[in-house]
Amino acid sequence: MEAGAHRPEHDPGAYEPKIVAFCCNWCSYAGADLAGTTRLQYPPNVRIIRVMCSGRVDPTFVLKAFALGADGVIVAGCHPADCHYISGNEKAAMRGDFLEDFLEEAGIESQRFRVEWIAGSEGRKFADTIKKMVAELERLGPITKEARADE
Amino acid sequence: MTAPEPQNKGTPQGEPAKIAGAALVPKVGVFVCHCGSNIAGVVDCGKVREAAEKLEGVVVAKENKYTCSDLGQAEIIKAIKEHGIERVVVASCSPRLHEPTFRKCIQQAGLNPYLLHMVNLREQCSWVHSHEKDKATEKAIDLVLMGVSKATRLEPLEAREVPVEPTSLVIGGGVAGIQAALDLANMGFKVYLVETQPSIGGKMAQLDKTFPTGDCAICILAPKMVELARNPNITLLSYADVEEVKGYIGNYDVKVRKKARYVHEDKCVGCGLCSDACPVKVDNEFDLGFGQRKAIYIPFPQAVPLKYTIDKEHCLHFKTGKCLLCVKACTNEAVDHEMEDEILTLKVGTIIVATGYETYVPMKKGVYKYWEYDNVITGLELERLINASGPTGGHLIRPSDGTTPKRIALVQCVGSRNKKIGNNYCSRVCCMYAIKNSQIIMEHEPSTEIAVYYNDIRAFGKGFEELYHRVREDYGVEFIRGRPAKLSEDPKTKNIKIRAEETLLNKITEREFDLVVLSTGLRPSEGSKRIGKILSLTTSPDGFFQEAHPKLRPVDTAMDGIYLAGCCQGPKDIPDSVAQAKAAASSAAAPMFAKKVTIEPLTAWVNEEVCQGCGLCVELCPYGSPELVPGQKGGTKAHIIEALCHGCGTCAASCPQKAIVTRQFTDDQIYCEIQAALSEHGRKQAPKKRAEAEVSG
Repeated sequence: MEAGAHRPEHDPGAYEPKIVAFCCNWCSYAGADLAGTTRLQYPPNVRIIRVMCSGRVDPTFVLKAFALGADGVIVAGCHPADCHYISGNEKAAMRGDFLEDFLEEAGIESQRFRVEWIAGSEGRKFADTIKKMVAELERLGPITKEARADE
Repeated sequence: MTAPEPQNKGTPQGEPAKIAGAALVPKVGVFVCHCGSNIAGVVDCGKVREAAEKLEGVVVAKENKYTCSDLGQAEIIKAIKEHGIERVVVASCSPRLHEPTFRKCIQQAGLNPYLLHMVNLREQCSWVHSHEKDKATEKAIDLVLMGVSKATRLEPLEAREVPVEPTSLVIGGGVAGIQAALDLANMGFKVYLVETQPSIGGKMAQLDKTFPTGDCAICILAPKMVELARNPNITLLSYADVEEVKGYIGNYDVKVRKKARYVHEDKCVGCGLCSDACPVKVDNEFDLGFGQRKAIYIPFPQAVPLKYTIDKEHCLHFKTGKCLLCVKACTNEAVDHEMEDEILTLKVGTIIVATGYETYVPMKKGVYKYWEYDNVITGLELERLINASGPTGGHLIRPSDGTTPKRIALVQCVGSRNKKIGNNYCSRVCCMYAIKNSQIIMEHEPSTEIAVYYNDIRAFGKGFEELYHRVREDYGVEFIRGRPAKLSEDPKTKNIKIRAEETLLNKITEREFDLVVLSTGLRPSEGSKRIGKILSLTTSPDGFFQEAHPKLRPVDTAMDGIYLAGCCQGPKDIPDSVAQAKAAASSAAAPMFAKKVTIEPLTAWVNEEVCQGCGLCVELCPYGSPELVPGQKGGTKAHIIEALCHGCGTCAASCPQKAIVTRQFTDDQIYCEIQAALSEHGRKQAPKKRAEAEVSG
C-alpha cells in the first residue's frame, strides 16, 4: 500500500542520513502519531524531539544538532494561525528564515533544514516530509567536516 | 559563530553508553513495553532492554507484555520500591495517550509524577517501520537512549491546584447543545448557551420526522427548547457569537458579541404585529428558500426565544431611512432601529462545543446538475417539502411546476464516501433519512414509485434494519445498487433521466423520474471552523473536531475543560448526538463538582542571576505573562506571572541570556536529547554518497 513498505532491504554500507525533528506537541507530534495509527510507512532515519510549541525551538538547538552530526533538521509546528499558543509558530518561522541564511553561509545546504507546518490531522504530510527529506539528504550526501566544525 | 554551550556540557563524544553530564546520575528504571505484538512484532524488545541496561544511571530494565495493564504498573511500582528508582522511563506508546496513566502509577510508588519520561516506540517507531525490523530496533534503542538521557535531568514539579468556576458555556443551540445545557443546569450548575441564530433548535428543528420511529422532530424538540428557556440556571444568549476565549480549565474568560436584533428582547412578546406590518418579503432560510418571510421575522413558529429579529440587509428602513411600519405596529415599543451590538464578558469553568454541521452543497458543475435542473433537490429540502409546518403544508410538490411527483429517485452518498472531493467518510445518517423519507412519501401518496440509488445500505442502529425491511417489503420501495453516472432533463416535461450501472444486474439502465432527491452528507459547519480557531481545537482528517481518544475519551478534547457534543465531532444521528451531549455534560460536571483541578506545572521561570532585564520576553509572550520588576538584588529583572503562563517556551527560546527555564523542556534536557539522538551508537556512515556507492558497487 505504501511506497515505503517496499523500500529495499538495508544495504549495510550505505549512507544513512540522520534527521532530528523538533515537533510541537499539539500539531506535528500528533501528526506523527497519526502517521503511526494509520500505519503510514516512512524511513526510520528521524529522531523526534517533542517540545510544547515550535516557538520553543531555540536556534542553538538546530545548530547544536548539525554540530553533533545531524544531516538534516526539521522544525515542525502548527499551520499559520492555528498555533495552540496563538503565535509561537510565527516566531519559529522567523527564526527559520534567519537560520536558513546562517546555515547557508556556514556551508550547510538549505535543503538540510526545514520549517514545516504539519497539523494533527496530517499524518500523511508528516510521513511525506520525512520521505522527501531522506531522499534529498541521500542525494546530497554527508555534510563536509569543515561546515560542521563551523557550527 | 559558535552555538552557546548548554549549562551541563556533557561527556565527550563517542561514548554512546554514557549519559551526558551530571556527576550524580539518578537511578533510572526503564520499562520496555511489547504492547502485545504492536511493538514486539517489529522491534526486538529484548535487544532494546539489553541496550538500556548498559546505559549509565539505569539500575533496572524490564520488558512487559502490556506495561499499562495492572500487572505492568505493579511491576513499575515494585521496581521503584526495590531498586530505589528515582527516574522512570516507559518505552511504549505516545505520551499523548498514556502519560497521565504512568504519572499516576509512579506517584502511587511515592515518586513525583513529573519524574517520568515516555519513549514513543509504537506510533513513532514500530507502526511506521513495520517492514524494517532491524532498523526499527536500532531506532528504538536510540529513542530509549534519548529518553534515559532526558530522564536523568528531570526535576520534580508540583502541580498547581486552581479553583473551578461552577459555570459552563455551551456553544451551539442544536439538540446536542440543548441537551448538554439542560443536563448541567439540572445538576445545579449555571450555564450560558450561546447560539448564533435568532432561535435555538439547530438542524433538528428543520427535519420532518425522525428515523426509525417516525416521531415528529419538532414535537420532541420544542418542549426541550421551552424547558431550556425557562430553566433558571440557564442564560440563553441567542443571536450571539463567541468572539474570544482566554484562560484555562476552571477559569475561562469569554467574550460574547450579542448581535443587535433591533428588537428589545425584554419588551417583545412575540405577537407578530410587526411582521404583519412589514412590507418586505424575502426567501426564508429555514425553508431553504421554498417559503418566504418578512424582514422582521422569527425563523419558525416554535422559535425560542420567541422574539422577533430585523434582517438588516433587507429592512427598508436600513436601506432607505423610511418605512418604520413595524415600529408603528408594535404596541410595546420593542422595535428599535438604533440598537447596537453588545459585548458581554463571561467567566466560566468549562466549555462544551456543540457547533453542529452543515449539509454538503452539490457542486456547481457536478454530475447531479443540482444547480441546473429544477427537479433535482437535496434531502434537507425534501424534509421541508414533506413537513406539515413547511411551505407546502407537507404536500410534496416538484419545484418546476408544483405538481405531485409520481416517480421519485433518491441518490445516496452525495458528498460522502467520495475521494474525489476529499470527503472520504460516511455521513452515517443519509441511508436512514432516505429510507425514512421514502416511508413518509409512500404514506402520503401510496401510488408513488420510489427508487433509491445506493452503494451500500448502512442500517446499523437500533431498529434501523427493521425499518429498511419494512420500507422495501411493505411499501415496495426499490433499491438499486449503483451510482448514477449521468442525469439529463427533458426540456419539455422537466423530468429527469438517470443513467446508471446497476451493479447487481450488471447492466446499464436509463430510467425517467419526476423528481430526484440527492441524499447529501454532513460536513463541518463554518461556525465550527471559527470556534475551532478561537479555542485552538484540532480536527481529524475529515475536518470535524478531534476527540482526545477515539475510544476512551470520545467527548474530551486535547484541551482540558473543553468537551465536544454532537455533529461537530463527526456525523451522527439524533440519539447519538443526545448521548454524546449527556456524556459531555457529565465530563464537564466532574471538575465543577470537584470545585478544583490540578493543572500541569509546565511553566517558565526566570533565573534572576542571569537575567539582564532586556524585556524581549515581555515583548514576545502572547499571554502577557512576563513582566519587568525590580530585582531582589537590584536592577530590572523579568518575572513570569505563573497563572498566565501556558508553557509554550517562546520566551526561553528567545532569551539572549538563556535566563528563562521552561519546566520539563529545559535547554539542558533538550540538549541531552539532541546529543543522545546523534550519538555514534549503531550509526553507520559510509564515506561515499549512496549514488556513488551504487555506481561503484
